Amino acid sequence: MSKRFAYNAPAVLVFVGVLGLWELAVRAFGIQQFLLPPPSSIAGAFVEHFDELVTVGRNTLTEAVGGLLIGGVAALVVAFAIARWATASRALLPFAIAANSVPIIAFAPIMNNWFGILSPLSKMMVVAVLVFFPIMINTLRGLTLVDQGSLELMRSYAATELAIFTKVRLPNALPYIFTAFKVSATLSLIGAIVAEYFGGSRSALGQFIITEAAFFRFANAWAAIVVASVVSIAFFLIILAIERVAIPWHTSARIADSS
Amino acid sequence: MSDSVVRVRGVDKVFGTGTDKTPALQHIDLEIPKGAFVSLIGPSGCGKSTLLRLIGDLTQPSVGAIDVNGKTAHRARLDRDYGMVFQAPVLFDWRTVQGNVELPLEVSAKDKAVRAARARAMLALVELTGFERRYPWQLSGGMQQRVAIARALSFEPAILLMDEPFGALDEMTRERLNLELLRIWKQTGTTIVFVTHSIPEAVFLSTHVAVMSARPGRILEVIPVDLPQPRNDLTREDERYFGFIKRVRERLRGRDVARPGAAEVAAS
Repeated sequence: MSKRFAYNAPAVLVFVGVLGLWELAVRAFGIQQFLLPPPSSIAGAFVEHFDELVTVGRNTLTEAVGGLLIGGVAALVVAFAIARWATASRALLPFAIAANSVPIIAFAPIMNNWFGILSPLSKMMVVAVLVFFPIMINTLRGLTLVDQGSLELMRSYAATELAIFTKVRLPNALPYIFTAFKVSATLSLIGAIVAEYFGGSRSALGQFIITEAAFFRFANAWAAIVVASVVSIAFFLIILAIERVAIPWHTSARIADSS
Repeated sequence: MSDSVVRVRGVDKVFGTGTDKTPALQHIDLEIPKGAFVSLIGPSGCGKSTLLRLIGDLTQPSVGAIDVNGKTAHRARLDRDYGMVFQAPVLFDWRTVQGNVELPLEVSAKDKAVRAARARAMLALVELTGFERRYPWQLSGGMQQRVAIARALSFEPAILLMDEPFGALDEMTRERLNLELLRIWKQTGTTIVFVTHSIPEAVFLSTHVAVMSARPGRILEVIPVDLPQPRNDLTREDERYFGFIKRVRERLRGRDVARPGAAEVAAS
């Protein structure tokens, strides 16, 4: 434990140092609250509005997780189909790539219109569309970038396509899939909050931040940003933990073991 | 030659089409008797790996026919008559050593108890008992290649096809694995076709060395190597061993007039 403390000490010092400098700078230069509230005010706002912040954070996280699941499952299904059938690849891949160039966020008002501005589903759909492409393309890469030797080996055993899929392609794709989900965890929270900016329930991070900022209660807005960051990091770490358990054989886990 | 395990007749292999046509193999005739250890040796790009892959039905001849155990190579592959070992071990990172050895048995739907028992027996054969639960990346290169050999033998294939299996290993490991391979060959009675670019390795291991020409590859001669069995470290110091090395080397250099067409392995 003490070894771990020694390892993390520099990062902790930097964190504390930056907060201290921030506090000092705000006081020394008399920076206005609405420009940059000092950490102490943000901490105060955090304590004062703790229950509400937990509620809005949870609501936004629900949208992000829901959207990631919807978009993730759809992406996996499409990637499996494209990897399996060349026709599916020719039919779907061009649209998937074209869709990736569309600034998805621009669809947020449309999604609000389709799925209800107050319904979390409208935010989930924005997130789903946002995470679809990175997960789909990474999964596809993992399914198709398979060592030729492995495929020949399976052929020499007269393995069926199904056996090659389950025993070679899928395990090969798992690290790619997890990488995509880790990236998408952060992306899903960004998507949910930005979608909320376009209108939605008051009880969610995006609307909370907008409202508090509109009333010049910037410390509250900052406290909500802290919540958003903590939720985002926690989401990432949860997926990381699942990855460690699911694919302990992967290089990333090996490096972690030796350090 | 009814006891031939592999019979290659009049095989040509051409890669590409139209103006990009590259003839890789020409007029290949080869018979491999049951229990033989045949090495294919030749300069880089002579098509020795291609010939091995043709026998294993991983690619198909442009002309000619290949019979294995009295059936087509394709049928033989579907019947799981082949064990393959490549230059790279091609082990799956996500499987333990035991899991890797069990892979072909899983594909052929053997039940769990049989798989586990076979895998343990094969790992004992390659002297890796105690490493069952390790992952491939925790083993040295030589050990990984031994796992690959255990895996290839796990379903008792009639023929073991080996494509420069020890090519990436250091000399010491290579010599030790050569001895191990000979022991395994004796113990299992498997017919082995072995691609190598090392003349001493080919002579040391084989009952027959098939010397191939540069592209397009032809079999120049099949030299029977009747050094005494079992071979061991003393074999490498035998004068006749050097004699065979010299003969293979001279044949590779083309000192003799190339003799196209039939080159038949005499029954050993």
